[in-house]
Amino acid sequence: MIRFKWTAFAFALAASLLGAAGDALAQGTIKIAYTDPLSGPFAQVGDQNLQQFKYIIDWINGRGGALGKKFELVAFDNKSQPSDALLALKSATDQNIPIIMQCSGSNIAAALIEAVDKHNERNPDNRIIYVNCGAVATELTNEKCSYWHYRMDAHVGMKAETMVRALPKDVTKVYLLNQDYLFGQSVERDVKAFLAKLRPDVKVVGDELIPLGKVKDFSPYVTKIKASGAQALLTGNWGPDMTLLIKAGMDAGLDIRYYTMYAHLGGGATAIGPAGNGKVRSVMAFHENIAVETGKTDTEGWTKQFRTQHKFDFYAAGFRTIFEFLQAAINKAGSTDPTKIAAALEGLTITDMLGYQVTLRKDDHQILSEYFVGVFTKGVKYDSEGTGLGWKTEVTVPAKDLDQPNTCKMKRPS
Amino acid sequence: MELLLVSLLNGLVYGMLLFMLASGLTLIFSMMGVLNFAHASIYMLGAYFAYDVSRHIGFWPALVVAPVLCGGLGALIEMYGLRRVHRNGHIAELLFTFGLAFIIEKAVQMIWGLLPVPYRVPAALDHTLFHVYGTNFPAYRGFMLLVSALMFLAIWLMLTRTRMGLVIQAALTHPEMVGALGHNVPRVFTTVFAGGCALAGLAGVIGGNYLVTEPSMAFTMGPIVFVVVVFGGLGSLAGCFIASLIMGFVQTFAVVLEYSLADALAAIGIKVSDATALGEVLTIPLPRIGALLPFVMLILILLFRPRGLMGTRDT
Amino acid sequence: MSEILAHPGARPVPTTGAAAFARRHGPWFLALAVALALPWLFYDWSRARHSGFVVAMLSQMSMMAIFALSYNMQMGQAGLLSFGHAVFFGLGGYCTAHALNAVKGGSFWLPTELVPLVGGVGGLVFAIVFGYVATKQRATAFAMITLGIGELVTACALMFHTFFGGEGGVSTNRMIGTSLLGWSYGPSIQVYYLIVAWTAIAVALMMLLTRTPLGRMANACRDNFERAQFVGYDPSIVRFFQFALSGFFAGIAGGLYTLTYEIVTFDTVAGAMSANALLMTYIGGVGAFAGPVLGAVLIVLLQSWVSLLSNSWLVYVGVLFIVMVTFAPGGIAGILLMHEPLWRAGRLGRLAVPYARLLAPGVIAVAGFVLLVELCSFLTIGAAQGKAFKLSGLTIDPQHPGAWLIGALLLGAGGLVLWREGRRFRAAWEALVEEIKAGARA
Repeated sequence: MIRFKWTAFAFALAASLLGAAGDALAQGTIKIAYTDPLSGPFAQVGDQNLQQFKYIIDWINGRGGALGKKFELVAFDNKSQPSDALLALKSATDQNIPIIMQCSGSNIAAALIEAVDKHNERNPDNRIIYVNCGAVATELTNEKCSYWHYRMDAHVGMKAETMVRALPKDVTKVYLLNQDYLFGQSVERDVKAFLAKLRPDVKVVGDELIPLGKVKDFSPYVTKIKASGAQALLTGNWGPDMTLLIKAGMDAGLDIRYYTMYAHLGGGATAIGPAGNGKVRSVMAFHENIAVETGKTDTEGWTKQFRTQHKFDFYAAGFRTIFEFLQAAINKAGSTDPTKIAAALEGLTITDMLGYQVTLRKDDHQILSEYFVGVFTKGVKYDSEGTGLGWKTEVTVPAKDLDQPNTCKMKRPS
Repeated sequence: MELLLVSLLNGLVYGMLLFMLASGLTLIFSMMGVLNFAHASIYMLGAYFAYDVSRHIGFWPALVVAPVLCGGLGALIEMYGLRRVHRNGHIAELLFTFGLAFIIEKAVQMIWGLLPVPYRVPAALDHTLFHVYGTNFPAYRGFMLLVSALMFLAIWLMLTRTRMGLVIQAALTHPEMVGALGHNVPRVFTTVFAGGCALAGLAGVIGGNYLVTEPSMAFTMGPIVFVVVVFGGLGSLAGCFIASLIMGFVQTFAVVLEYSLADALAAIGIKVSDATALGEVLTIPLPRIGALLPFVMLILILLFRPRGLMGTRDT
Repeated sequence: MSEILAHPGARPVPTTGAAAFARRHGPWFLALAVALALPWLFYDWSRARHSGFVVAMLSQMSMMAIFALSYNMQMGQAGLLSFGHAVFFGLGGYCTAHALNAVKGGSFWLPTELVPLVGGVGGLVFAIVFGYVATKQRATAFAMITLGIGELVTACALMFHTFFGGEGGVSTNRMIGTSLLGWSYGPSIQVYYLIVAWTAIAVALMMLLTRTPLGRMANACRDNFERAQFVGYDPSIVRFFQFALSGFFAGIAGGLYTLTYEIVTFDTVAGAMSANALLMTYIGGVGAFAGPVLGAVLIVLLQSWVSLLSNSWLVYVGVLFIVMVTFAPGGIAGILLMHEPLWRAGRLGRLAVPYARLLAPGVIAVAGFVLLVELCSFLTIGAAQGKAFKLSGLTIDPQHPGAWLIGALLLGAGGLVLWREGRRFRAAWEALVEEIKAGARA
């Protein structure tokens, strides 16, 4: 009878969720918890990440996983709320899952770092590692750094330096426009600092902060940018704040280079459209044409297969690097115990899928990898989101250039 | 001078976009007292319908088809949903539209996906109309101005010159009396709600390709529309029009005026720097808080004139 | 109403003494006992530890119960619809976080048990400041002012770092070692007991407040503010006091939030949290004092547990609201209270069969609806994410029309039978009411 089945189903699900179903490792898979917004206004972030993770996990399991066991992703929706992310953490530790990943939102990341630290201190027999796949606030590996936190994406300071290094010699006037919260303010501060250090010939002719997500009409800002005579617009904006700004600029016929940090992510190419040809740049860890440019045919084939199966382009090379790191660390540690994995991870160096050497720095657990600035243009082999235009590398910044000093005072477990 | 002219133009376009969105809501809110949280969701649906129609047929048919679809949907919502909830009070109606907003957002995500869709300005309008001191004024923005002006004219004519319009006007200020006079008030309600939704849909058609068409567009547009409607006042379409323009100009001019409270204080001799108490707040330049000024204005007007700018009815 | 349905055969209602106290407040003590015992039901005996997820969810429920009750002080008792109530919750949380950091730094001493009080005082102060502005108006004007205040505070929380700590918020450590009970408050179960204690205190205080002249006048202003003025009180002053006190309790909830999560970020003051308060209070029922508590429990359950099972949980929430506002505007508490006269007349048992007849088609219809929604979701979103639709070990293929047909059939058939049984239930209900009335007249 249907009613009986539903009751049984509900009980079974409840029991498994509440951790009574046993150890995460006993079934022969290595479970990795993952939390991001999977519903609500930011659902696309979690959704795209999940799709890319699945592709990567299938591939790495095909290569034997780690210690002969396969990886398994356990997803939790955090609805962009730190309290829900912490609930997800509780659920993960209930099931003795060794690793939790999170990519979107530095406020959630800050909450997770603190919570993981306190949990590991109070429960030394049930520790968990937090792998940060995308929360970029610089202080997460500086003031707020933690032994149990590993950041696998370049932070704001590194992205700002990349952006400054990509400015061509003939650009001498730049305009800064950022979102008025910690992230945007960090971008503003770091870009100015690196301009002073690396390009003292460049003058900052304008500097704006806008309320997050509230401005719909950017034409007054475009007017100011035009009046300032800037040759390049540097912005860390994401979402509509970025796309509407660029659209307004293009509509008004602004003759300027746009340097962004997020135009290459899902939705950016579609929103900007063919009018952005040759104007929009983005600081990125990867785009599908790098493999073409450097001649890495196996990587090219791998990302090409992803795009034939999904409606968007593969951008998360960093996610594959995460799993290659985890595979190497677990094999090196010979165990899935979080304490041993953590010790094996720090200082580890692997070769990523573009052939570069990537290191997890020991003193702050920040990843050091190469970074690129690409321009949105016609005439590339792989276009973005069916627009006919794609990304072409303008500047490659090697990892050693991004080895910035840090202020982390890491407390190591005894 | 150049700055003034360009800013006037920018403010005008933005204000008219706000009016397109807010006009439907003013009608609905004034008539039925329903704070329709799903209004921005209907706007989003209008944009998505227009995207689909313009992909298969063209943009110009979409200008007609999408608002009609939205109006039809609005009529269905009113007849089978709101009417039943009406007797449970205003809060119930508000929550009904709230729940509706969730469902519509999820439905949009499921049907069209989570990413923005490439709904673009039609090629016929994708050029520059004229130049203003070196800045291009795109033809599409001129088109937006035109449509919103026509919208205002059409609504005004309908309200003042047609029989149905007179009934609606009466019901805007004295709904019970209109019912007592024997008019089919439920049918009037349905018409107004459907009309308001159609207006929202039209705003979506026009605004969707100017802004970005994605599932979270309702969530981001929502608050400012309520501010405009309440600021303009209940029962007054002209008030809504003026409020939209005011909001548009305020937000636009705030961006170009680089002053802060500290400057104002300095003018009367008080020096404020970052280090003084509340210095962080006082040294904020206007451009940083430009988009927040509508909320400040809303609070101020509600304190001193709760019926809004030109409201004819108390809330 | 209850007098009309009083029946000679009905049980006599005690009105004084210990029996009366037990009858009126018994359910609360029962709830307290259940709250204290519940974590032990999910205790993991094999590993000798509590289920962190269950304790966290129960803590969230208690916190939100206080939050929702404080919101009902405005909505249900004073007739004030506020869109910015989370402001006091979040600001109370921020104050508590700063206080905890100050205690840890040695600036002053405060026992851990009294820490939520700091949040309460913070919420009270801000409620006085904002309330002075907001309560000058009522109804829609008041609602829109609170909306404006909410948006402004959220924007400030992002822009200013000295008090709000920027995007990463203000983090703190609850193990400040000043407990009066000698607890470390490291394990979350200890924090949970503290939360339950504070919930009990807050509930008692808010209930007492409804009996004070302020509480009664707030009701009067809600019902007819013009007439209330003739009693001699200025409605805006009454509103102001009620608003300020509700901010106090919201701040207490915020303080408990800080103790639980040890971090406060800008989303504690944002519109989504205010919307949560509104939903919890309304779903639970604004007419009854206990309504918001029921609503809080249900909504937290939906958000925390159902969202783990399905990404479409927002659809279910939306549909639940729509169903509630259309058919049950009194909320869950309203539905339960409708049964009270029947219970008093001893006739409640007669509804057992009609309810049972509703249950089966109801479950079938809900199952069909859920199946269809999940199929939709898996077809469009989930498939790309690589998730397979698994149900009790069966994998269901959304491409196959079979599953859709089953779903449509369940929904259709279940819905039709439910409709018919609903009519029959209504008839049975009305017959019972008539019978009781006839008996009373006899």
